[in-house]
Amino acid sequence: MSAKASTKNLTPSLELKDVGKSFGSVVALREVSLAVYPGQVTCVLGDNGAGKSTLIKILSGVHKQSEGEFTVAGVAADFNSPRDAMSKGIATVFQDLATVPLMSVWRNFFLGNEPKKWWKPLGILDIAKAKRVAKEELLAMGIDLRDTNQPIGTLSGGERQAVAIARAVYFGANVLILDEPTSALGVRQSGIVLKYILAARDRGVAVIFITHNPHHANLVGDRFILLNRGRMTASFERETVVLDELIQAMAGGSELDTLTHEINVIRND
Amino acid sequence: MTTAKPDERIQKVSLVTKALRRPEFGALLGALVIFTMFTVADTTGNFAGLQGAAGWTHFAAPVGIVAIFVALLMISGEFDLSSGVMVGTAGLMAGNLISELGLGVWPSMLITITFAGLVGLANGLLVVRTGLPSFIVTLATFFVLKGVNLAVTKMLTGTVRVDGIDVAPDFEDARSWFATKIDIGGSSFQISVLWWIGFTIFATWLLTRTTFGNWIFASGGDPNAARNAGVPVARTKVTLFVLTSMAAALVGIMTLLELRGMQAGQGVGQEFYYIIAAAVGGTLLTGGAGSAIGATIGAAIMGFAAIGIPYALWDQDWVSTFLGVILFLAVLVNTWLSKRAKGARK
Repeated sequence: MSAKASTKNLTPSLELKDVGKSFGSVVALREVSLAVYPGQVTCVLGDNGAGKSTLIKILSGVHKQSEGEFTVAGVAADFNSPRDAMSKGIATVFQDLATVPLMSVWRNFFLGNEPKKWWKPLGILDIAKAKRVAKEELLAMGIDLRDTNQPIGTLSGGERQAVAIARAVYFGANVLILDEPTSALGVRQSGIVLKYILAARDRGVAVIFITHNPHHANLVGDRFILLNRGRMTASFERETVVLDELIQAMAGGSELDTLTHEINVIRND
Repeated sequence: MTTAKPDERIQKVSLVTKALRRPEFGALLGALVIFTMFTVADTTGNFAGLQGAAGWTHFAAPVGIVAIFVALLMISGEFDLSSGVMVGTAGLMAGNLISELGLGVWPSMLITITFAGLVGLANGLLVVRTGLPSFIVTLATFFVLKGVNLAVTKMLTGTVRVDGIDVAPDFEDARSWFATKIDIGGSSFQISVLWWIGFTIFATWLLTRTTFGNWIFASGGDPNAARNAGVPVARTKVTLFVLTSMAAALVGIMTLLELRGMQAGQGVGQEFYYIIAAAVGGTLLTGGAGSAIGATIGAAIMGFAAIGIPYALWDQDWVSTFLGVILFLAVLVNTWLSKRAKGARK
């Protein structure tokens, strides 16, 4: 996998140079530089209040940076809304706000981007296609559902995140921003999500994985950015960092040996 | 391709569970039980036949037409308490336009339906713009319209009733569309039954087969997730407020044409019948789940009670009590069924 990490001649999918953001007199973020490349997972680590949310909001088009440069595929980004970001292939999966529990898996998969048949303005759903594509795409991400008709609320939290990731990938996301996708999940469920992060990476997506858990970051990350009190305090490449350093660089960290073991098994597949 | 053929594991979902998962299943079961009960209790021998059907559909059709749209609105997570009084407002408005202002029946209807659409638009915009609960916003509309109905009718006619619309030249023409009787097997059915069936099919199609239907479920199920996915939640809700109001106006006009006049108090209290029909039919009060067919079955159950009780020679005064009990039991059973169907996952 480290072969993918060679980025010398690639244009970054998304790049920040000395980006800062202030709200009035409050400086939420300053001098953050990062570059994310296709087929790589960039982890943004930081404890609560480190500026992770502000960073996500700049990347996903909710806020504009106050200073610095923000380029997407080499072109200066000028996003006025999340829709602008989406149209440039930047998809954000929010932790709890990704799916509608009572709706079926296929309805959720195509929510807001429904496939239509016959005369498009009538908005007649192409249900057969939606079911087929949802099943195929989920299978391609390694999610094998027996029935895409079941309400998505009957899936586990990890599987729901996975569906949201598969959906973003299917709808042409070049950059996938995951906002704390594992923070509300148990060890096993986190493992499921981490597996799909790797699956998205293998499909050539640049993944930005925001987390406060260095263990999870260490398992999937190719590069690591550490935020603390609005500043970028460190930046590592996968080759040059060991977990202990990550944990040390961050404040805190908890033991998750079981998960480490589980993911290592998956990685070695 | 392996995915093209049905997954063999789907077989494990039994037909029974599949049926249980349908939101209207509880209502259908209840309807059968209640229908059987009134058939047994019937003293006239007509309840289960066409004559009985003509009777209960006469009651159920006007309730059902509005209840279908109230159900869609409830699935999207909103209430419309002004839907009942809108029936009266529309009837009185069309009536006054015809008898007091001397407009034709067709233009009066057009103006009335447009006005109802605007009231629905106001309801919807107030709800999505202010973020106030639709329960409060439409309760306010309810009382505003209730007062207007009485005051304007008295102002124009000097009484609490609009009359004399049947002298209008195109009255019979309009009546043949909206308030005539049709003969089926010797029993005369109100034509509103056809409208009711038509709207049931249309709303079911809208809800389950179109992108708009997808948005209705999403808007009620989780508005934030829906918005994040690019669903125009506000527009979806406002559209449904407009449709609900227009459906109520249509029923108001049908009532006006059928009765050749309208009382100022008409329709008040009907909003609860619509909500009961939707809830009995399996529509979740918190939004996100339900069906149009369910609301239709709910309305049919009300029709059974309204006709079945006098046919059984029971005291008519108990109809409301009966409906109250049915509402409670139906929602209880629906909740239990949907929990079971979801929990079991089989």
